[in-house]
Amino acid sequence: MSGSTLLKETGPREVFCGLTSIVWLHRRMPDAFFLVVGSRTCAHLIQSAAGVMIFAEPRFGTAILEERDLAGLADAHEELDRVVKNLLKRRPEIRTLFLVGSCPSEVIKIDLSRAAERLNTQFQGKVTVINYSGSGIETTFTQGEDGALKALIPLLPSSTKQQLLLVGTLANPVEDRLKTIFKRLGIQNIDSFPPRQSTELPSIGTGTKVLLAQPYLTDTARELKNRGAEIIQAPFPLGVQGSTLWIEAAANAFNVNKSLIDSTLEPLIIRAQKALKPYIEKLSGKKLFLLPESQLEIPLARFLHNECGMQLVEVGVPYLNREMMKSELDLLPENTRIVEGQHVEKQLDRVRANQPDLVVCGMGLANPLEAEGISTKWSIEMVFSPIHGIDQSSDLAELFARPLHRHNLLTQKTLETV
Amino acid sequence: MELTLWTYEGPPHIGAMRIASSMKGLHYVLHAPQGDTYADLLFTMIERRGTRPPVTYTTFQARDLGGDTAELVKSHIHEAVERFKPEALLVGESCTAELIQDQPGALAKGMGLNLPIISLELPAYSKKENWGAAETFYQLVRGLLKDLSEDNFSERTSSWKVESRRPRVNLLGPSLLGFRCRDDVLEIQKILGEHGIDVNVVAPLGSTPNDLMRIPKADANVCLYPEIAESTCNWLERNFKMPFTTIVPIGVNATKDFLKELHNLLDLEMPCSIKEENQSRLPWYSKSVDSNYLTGKRVFIFGDGTHVLSAARIANEELGFEVVGMGTYSREMARRVRASAKELGLEALITNDYLEVEEAIKESAPELVLGTQMERHSAKRLGVPCAVISTPMHVQDVPARYSPQMGWEGANVIFDDWVHPLMMGLEEHLIGMFRHDFEFTDGHQSHLGHLGGHSAQSELTTPQATQQAENDFSSENWPTWTPEGKSELAKIPFFVRGKVRRNTESYARQIGCKEINGETLLDAKAHFSR
Repeated sequence: MSGSTLLKETGPREVFCGLTSIVWLHRRMPDAFFLVVGSRTCAHLIQSAAGVMIFAEPRFGTAILEERDLAGLADAHEELDRVVKNLLKRRPEIRTLFLVGSCPSEVIKIDLSRAAERLNTQFQGKVTVINYSGSGIETTFTQGEDGALKALIPLLPSSTKQQLLLVGTLANPVEDRLKTIFKRLGIQNIDSFPPRQSTELPSIGTGTKVLLAQPYLTDTARELKNRGAEIIQAPFPLGVQGSTLWIEAAANAFNVNKSLIDSTLEPLIIRAQKALKPYIEKLSGKKLFLLPESQLEIPLARFLHNECGMQLVEVGVPYLNREMMKSELDLLPENTRIVEGQHVEKQLDRVRANQPDLVVCGMGLANPLEAEGISTKWSIEMVFSPIHGIDQSSDLAELFARPLHRHNLLTQKTLETV
Repeated sequence: MELTLWTYEGPPHIGAMRIASSMKGLHYVLHAPQGDTYADLLFTMIERRGTRPPVTYTTFQARDLGGDTAELVKSHIHEAVERFKPEALLVGESCTAELIQDQPGALAKGMGLNLPIISLELPAYSKKENWGAAETFYQLVRGLLKDLSEDNFSERTSSWKVESRRPRVNLLGPSLLGFRCRDDVLEIQKILGEHGIDVNVVAPLGSTPNDLMRIPKADANVCLYPEIAESTCNWLERNFKMPFTTIVPIGVNATKDFLKELHNLLDLEMPCSIKEENQSRLPWYSKSVDSNYLTGKRVFIFGDGTHVLSAARIANEELGFEVVGMGTYSREMARRVRASAKELGLEALITNDYLEVEEAIKESAPELVLGTQMERHSAKRLGVPCAVISTPMHVQDVPARYSPQMGWEGANVIFDDWVHPLMMGLEEHLIGMFRHDFEFTDGHQSHLGHLGGHSAQSELTTPQATQQAENDFSSENWPTWTPEGKSELAKIPFFVRGKVRRNTESYARQIGCKEINGETLLDAKAHFSR
């Protein structure tokens, strides 16, 4: 364990809830529908986080609770059945329906697992109905994906096949690329979870070695372990260092010989480091402050410090699972200030006091900080962009270099005109 | 339970946030779970605000529910008052907190704080955003003013004369996340200035709680946005005998009527030095020869009540469009929108369901859609030009330039915004003339890239279009179309072609005609034109 300073803070938080992860999950599995059982707030949240209504009929929606639903629970179940029936009639291509619990549905205790069971019987295998909670009282942002994946695990077929299972949503091209690299290393059976079609679920069992691609899948990892899988301990595949260690950890688990690992990865590493160079020049020595949101903060801080030379003022995380983060924490510099939880006002006071060059934060805080002259990067961009793997390292660095570059561009211009 | 994919309005506490964020010196403590803070981005992203909304969320979590959430509320209130030192405090709850019944308003009032506390009860499971904004504004104004003596404010319509000063009014209703409110306020202030009328308080946008205390010092209220300010104006009329305007000055005619109404309320004579017809370019632009092609353009209108009512009047009276469909998601304004639609021989569509609106657009085959961001996307899918006239809006609907909707300049902006998505008259005329020339066979687009130019050939020459047309024709057994009938149909502009085809087929079925040729098409046209 490294010598990071681990602190806890409580107070008003400024983070998304788990419902937000629907925004990328529905794109990963185009044959699945995410039905939030919640309020108008839930519908408005997803709509606002999704940005614009690009799709005529998105594969997510909200069954909005109304006053009469609150009167008696029996009604709520009947109403839900009606909504689901209408929905599936309209969308016959849907194979898996996720019933997603929300703050109000959790507080009034609508039993969505019972509803899922009942609906499964009614649809007799034509559509699989499962449930999980994305409520803000229980989950933050990316934890929604953890819940959705955990809910799928009981459906995974058992098998003792020797295989590598990549777990966590990745951009499709990035995933293809990573699989190609593992094949070069001689690992033949590679599957991923979540799958690209909700019906093409991977098998699981004692021969499965799980490599987590995302750092927020605590519950999913535990359930996969319970099904006999082995969880490979590794840092996460962000940056050259993290991605290399991540790939090596899997290769070692499959007893790939060291010379093959080295000869496969070395050219990729050299190329990636070359591509990183111009960004290192821009980022090196700059002060970085990460506010808690996506749970990617620790791996990002590790990459931006170790490979890009940024100084870490503070690394905020919504919650800290030390076991999950062990390999990452080991790579962080001594005395890194890690703050778990949030008191947004006090944290912003610290941002102002430290005057960092770049703040990674949520969309609600970005413009107010920019207006104070502090450059920002939206953390939500990390969950939408293809940033994983050795080859993507320079793209990842570019995301952070761009706001600084822009800041310089505009500042210089302003000086010229003065 | 109601299935919602995209929604026109947020929950009512978003309306309360709009009021709080519009003002200065006001803070809102919102009892709400973690995640509800997403609402901040509406203001910092869509409105590009450089400040955070003045809202403290209690962000309770599941583990707090077992303990004392009331204490949590109190500590957040205490901290917010300490840190932000507001002149007044709004206290309320979002949908989830409503269920756990901590009554944060009552808690706040019991804390012995030395500032006005307005407790908000906004039923999240039956009401929506605009209602929430109106209720918050009303509760705030009422909460701050209810203790003032009414006697001091009697006989108010003549008081500006008695006090021998210029008449003054309040502008009520403009708020953040409203449509072009920032610029509407400037425009109306400018016009009132020209008429010798002073503006006393603008609220909620830019005002403080202390400013609200001065509201009764005006001679009348201008209700700029009835969705937000009507309940407040009603209360001020009842309690302080302050009359208020009912006409929203969007469009040239409405602006004239508004000024007449306001001068009447103030017992002020309309100045004869101001030539109204010269104030806006819209009347002349609309009269000029290029605008001939606007005649009878089919327009579909959907949005909030205020902007839909205004748009229907402008389309009908000032631009010579034909309104072929209109509706609103504002249930509070349904009665007025229905009445206005009826005058135009239409039945208003009152709905929250954007898919229903999209169906109605398809059905009425408009040449221009005036709507919200929802309709902009629907129109894009249907290949129909669209101008956004109402919330819900996107970052692009908060332009950098001055672009009001109200008053004389607002009418100019509206002319440009509505007409530019269409092709300009001379251009359209030339394309119509030359569309059979070979140069035009690849289809001509308007300068804004919308499908324009009704080049019949171009649309049916691509393999997909032909395939599509074939599928369309084979979808029903009879009547069938002869090749000549098909080719005549193809000459009809694409945006009405679907409707003409349906009409012709139903006419053919009526008269028992099994094969439709060019003549049948003309017969049907004559039949339906009666």
